[in-house]
Amino acid sequence: MNAIDSRLRRGAPATTVRPPRRARQALVLAGLAVTLLACVLLAVGAGPVAVHPATTVQVVGSHLLPQLVAPVPDPLDDQIIWEFRFPRVLLGVVVGAGLAVVGAVMQAVVRNPLADPYLLGVSAGAALGAVLVLVLGSAAAAGLSLPAAAFGGALVSTLAIYLLARRRGRITPLRMVLAGVALAYLFQAGYSYLLLIADPRGAQSVLFWLLGSLGSARWDALPLPTAVVALGTVALLTQSRPLNALLTGDESARSLGLGVDRFRAAMLVLTSVLVGTMVAVSGAIAFVGLIVPHAVRLVLGADHRRLMPAAALVGAIFLVLVDLAARTVAEPTELPLTIVTAVVGVPFFLWLLGRDTSAERIAG
Amino acid sequence: MVGLLGPNGSGKSSLLRSVYRSLRPVAGVVRLDEDDVWSLPARESARRTAVVVQQTQTEFDLTVADVVAMGRHPHKRPLERENAQDRELCEDALVRVDMADFAGRSFLELSGGERQRVLIARALAQRSQVLVLDEPTNHLDVHHQFELLDLIRKLGLTTLVAVHDLNLAARYCDRVCVLRAGEVVAVGPPADVLTPALVEHVFAVALTTWTDPETGLLHFGLGPMRSARPTAQLATDAAGA
Repeated sequence: MNAIDSRLRRGAPATTVRPPRRARQALVLAGLAVTLLACVLLAVGAGPVAVHPATTVQVVGSHLLPQLVAPVPDPLDDQIIWEFRFPRVLLGVVVGAGLAVVGAVMQAVVRNPLADPYLLGVSAGAALGAVLVLVLGSAAAAGLSLPAAAFGGALVSTLAIYLLARRRGRITPLRMVLAGVALAYLFQAGYSYLLLIADPRGAQSVLFWLLGSLGSARWDALPLPTAVVALGTVALLTQSRPLNALLTGDESARSLGLGVDRFRAAMLVLTSVLVGTMVAVSGAIAFVGLIVPHAVRLVLGADHRRLMPAAALVGAIFLVLVDLAARTVAEPTELPLTIVTAVVGVPFFLWLLGRDTSAERIAG
Repeated sequence: MVGLLGPNGSGKSSLLRSVYRSLRPVAGVVRLDEDDVWSLPARESARRTAVVVQQTQTEFDLTVADVVAMGRHPHKRPLERENAQDRELCEDALVRVDMADFAGRSFLELSGGERQRVLIARALAQRSQVLVLDEPTNHLDVHHQFELLDLIRKLGLTTLVAVHDLNLAARYCDRVCVLRAGEVVAVGPPADVLTPALVEHVFAVALTTWTDPETGLLHFGLGPMRSARPTAQLATDAAGA
């Protein structure tokens, strides 16, 4: 209480605690980056035809730096690695990071720990668009291809929710969540009906797509979605400070000079473009966007300056490993990703939740 | 230090919110150093006025240091990183509210009084000339109420604070402003303003005052009730505006 007292004690804990914490943060990020690299090499090498990690490195090197690295002697190795597995793993990295970061942002924007990237009916909207194309043919969706129809469905859903949740120029998180949940049911009703009237083979392929897969990754189809998701994710990573401000309430954030309504609308638009793109290329992969941000929060705390970069890396690692499991566990059958994310992710998350003695560290 | 008094729904919070740019006044202007705060950019206004709002709830696990660091938000351009000076300001702010030992602790684990101190530290990190507090002593025990207001007073900032306790207002505020049904009914030094007639008119509660012969401090005794309830009809209009 006493001012002189305070001055004497000044800074002692604060200055001794802080540098190590910041150093630890850098160390964690570096460790995660190295882990990601290792996981990528592992995933690219593994499959029905196992390729030695050294060969894998050589293949990737010969394509990225043709002047420095000689091509591998076996063209089959080269084709397997570079044409099939590498784009797939790359898509896993981008989508995993994107889902985790979008999940963290959604949880802050609606200030609800249960939020995930699909909260605003985006996945249901995208699914409806995709099912229209798969079941009724692209003519039914104004001649759009499947990814384009999925993307369109996602945007329609977000736009509808935005309009429903707006009142007197302000978007309240609760209205947003309720509108999102309600619309999701409506879209679900729509695509469930379409699936019922569709032939069983079509229904099965739709179901597989809904549960998520990176199997569509091809070099020629990758650049646009990858660029959109990567740039969008980087843009979100720069928003840590305003996201922090939102955590203690709208009123409090306004008092810090944040234009809450505009910021929330901007985040909504950006995340829905990202989620729409991700759903279009890889289906609705559940769980990554919900669990990864929470897992990182349990270890590093909720401050977005620490949470966001770590969540991006952990999301990428997680999805690369999940996809690896999905295509190797039940060879030659491929499992949908959502089944693997749940089977692998839930026990891990419950363990993490139990390990931490103060359960309120995650959600009050 | 100016205290804002009035019954529930009399417009205290609405008035404060129009000062810190959360609720745009339907009529009239809020001036700070000659500038209409509503014509200033939000961040500029936040650099001049720091606020401890009434309800600060969070479900997310932030450390005390993280919460204080938010105070630097209005000083930073969107992509600018925090630097050593920002960190120093945040540490200083925690020292001034005597919470430096708590920097690494979780905000969720703090008591009500500790939370208020951290929020005041966040306001200090904002480096504003004006401090606005909306009922900062809510939910605090008597000791912590005194402690908090002592602290606020010692900061030496221009302070606008909504309070419920007449005794606390009289003790800590240089001037009080009394609101009733959305309108200012009296402004001035507590001893002049808080008369039995005014308190009965505004709060519908009887008031007896006496001065402690030793300390010279003014004390209030309250009760009994005079009528059913202070009128709040106009107030809801003001709050809805």
